[in-house]
Amino acid sequence: MSDQKSYTPGTHPDLSAPVTEIGVVGWVRHNLFSTWYNILLTALGLWILYLVIPPLIHWTILDADWVGTTRQDCSRQGACWVYIHVWFRQLMYGLYPKDQIWRINVTYLMLGVGIVLLLIPRFPWKKTVAVFLIFVFPVIAYLLLVGGHFGLPDIETPKWGGLFLTIVIGVVGIVMSLPIGVVLALGRRSDMPVVKSVYVAFIELWRGVPLITVLFMSSVMFPLFMPEGVDFNKLVRALVGVMLFAAAYMAEVIRGGLQAIPKGQYEAADALGLSYWKSMGLIILPQAMKLVIPGIVNTFIGLFKDTTLVLIIGLFDFLGMAQFVGTNPDWLGFAVEGYVFVAFVFFWFCWGMSLYSQNLEKKLATGYR
Amino acid sequence: MSSELNAEELVQPAVEMTISEEVMIQMAAVHKWYGQFHVLKDINLTVRKGERIVICGPSGSGKSTLIRCINRLEEHQRGQIVVEGTELTGDLKHIEQIRREVGMVFQHFNLFPHLTVMENLTLAPIWVRKTPKAEAEAVAMKYLEWVKIPEQAQKFPGQLSGGQQQRVAIARSLCMNPKVMLFDEPTSALDPEMIKEVLDTMIQLAQEGMTMIVVTHEMGFAKTVANRVIFMDAGEIIEENDPESFFTNPQNDRTKLFLSQILSH
Repeated sequence: MSDQKSYTPGTHPDLSAPVTEIGVVGWVRHNLFSTWYNILLTALGLWILYLVIPPLIHWTILDADWVGTTRQDCSRQGACWVYIHVWFRQLMYGLYPKDQIWRINVTYLMLGVGIVLLLIPRFPWKKTVAVFLIFVFPVIAYLLLVGGHFGLPDIETPKWGGLFLTIVIGVVGIVMSLPIGVVLALGRRSDMPVVKSVYVAFIELWRGVPLITVLFMSSVMFPLFMPEGVDFNKLVRALVGVMLFAAAYMAEVIRGGLQAIPKGQYEAADALGLSYWKSMGLIILPQAMKLVIPGIVNTFIGLFKDTTLVLIIGLFDFLGMAQFVGTNPDWLGFAVEGYVFVAFVFFWFCWGMSLYSQNLEKKLATGYR
Repeated sequence: MSSELNAEELVQPAVEMTISEEVMIQMAAVHKWYGQFHVLKDINLTVRKGERIVICGPSGSGKSTLIRCINRLEEHQRGQIVVEGTELTGDLKHIEQIRREVGMVFQHFNLFPHLTVMENLTLAPIWVRKTPKAEAEAVAMKYLEWVKIPEQAQKFPGQLSGGQQQRVAIARSLCMNPKVMLFDEPTSALDPEMIKEVLDTMIQLAQEGMTMIVVTHEMGFAKTVANRVIFMDAGEIIEENDPESFFTNPQNDRTKLFLSQILSH
């Protein structure tokens, strides 16, 4: 204090901040040790980490069995990843015939490449890729996965399972919920009372019932209402149920976004002579959807995890396969490894979606607000 | 383009602006209610081509509602509104037709924030008038130069000042080649130093012969450019006169009260 120079006004130089305020030291001091209860919480947090992390690392990595092909290879204290290795095909593809799995992989590859191309910032043919993915890819995927044409053997959907089935239900549900949700949201905001009531009833009905009930109804009750001999594929029924359920949730998320758009935007679009659909498509929906990206991705992530409920109607998705494989008499006691693996994979899918949405939000926010 | 005029300094227009006999807008015995509230009472108004009408009055008098009825942003419950020979009813086709010929500038600009300035300007011509993109962009640049901000074409509205945004809004309406321009308190949301640039643009527009109906508190603008000033209060047209007579010799007591309140400084 005593050796501080005094400067004439307007000449004080920029000094560097004291070291206890900035950088790592500063962060630690402010966030972890700022008050006495923060110090206690930090100590508690560190103690919990000490209790949990070393045993976890031992179980999953250090003491685990990684190599082998039989039950006998699982001798150590830790996790038996041999189990996953042995049942990998079933967990990934269900009961799809081994020699036809290439069809699934080709479909994955097409979808993956398409998505990656859409994600590259300055790729020139994005519109073509998007059109391909939306209109052409579903047809190709259907022909490849179901088969029955072009010499490919027909694989019935009960054989579909594992992560493959989860991805099919998840992707179809996610992709279809968005456009249907938009239509439902717009319908609910209609000025015509009869139209509005219909949409409100539809949304509230699908939202008010648990997904498990929807699946159960689609599988068990639906055939009762159909005339003799008419039967829809069980997977298709489940897909329709999941789609409409997700669309109802999505409708409300989107409606929140529509409500947040200032009335002036609607008015400016009207004053320029834009029709209802043009003003929705060019002005209102682009803004509304950008606003509710967190809500939309939230619904996607929830939907992706909810697909595990199809077990109730006898479809063996990723979690269902893990459970099924865990009941194998040769491998009793290793179900935990299966569940940990499923959780691990689910986490990466969900976190991936979350990261992408954050990235998308950053990208779309440029020059906007 | 013609030279700028200062709204505050001039008392009479420097250039004679021609008003033709052709009737652009006809409002006859128009009434409007918001629920039980009678917001427009027996409005009768004839607007001829080339007229510049300023509507003033206290807030809540119905002046914004009146002009918003002209392009059906609000619906009238009784009476007739005829724009360029087409009657304004619930018929969607007529409404869209009228909206193409009537441009509107809002108090809060209402630019589309997710589009660049250029895209804001070309959107309606491309999607409503089906103009090819290159032509729409040429017209847009022409109007951007006219409002003196051609360098902002690729910016987003959020990056512009209020005065610039309002000038873009004016250019956006002009790109549709309207026959009538409606202004709903165009400078009320602007900082004082930006009001002049927008008023200058509106004066320029008047000099080009555009038929304009302006709801505003800027009395200097009324004195410079208007050929008719209308005073509204509580949903009725109280007084209507040329600017000279209106400001120096108001007839009605309510008009006198209003003028004393706003011209005091």
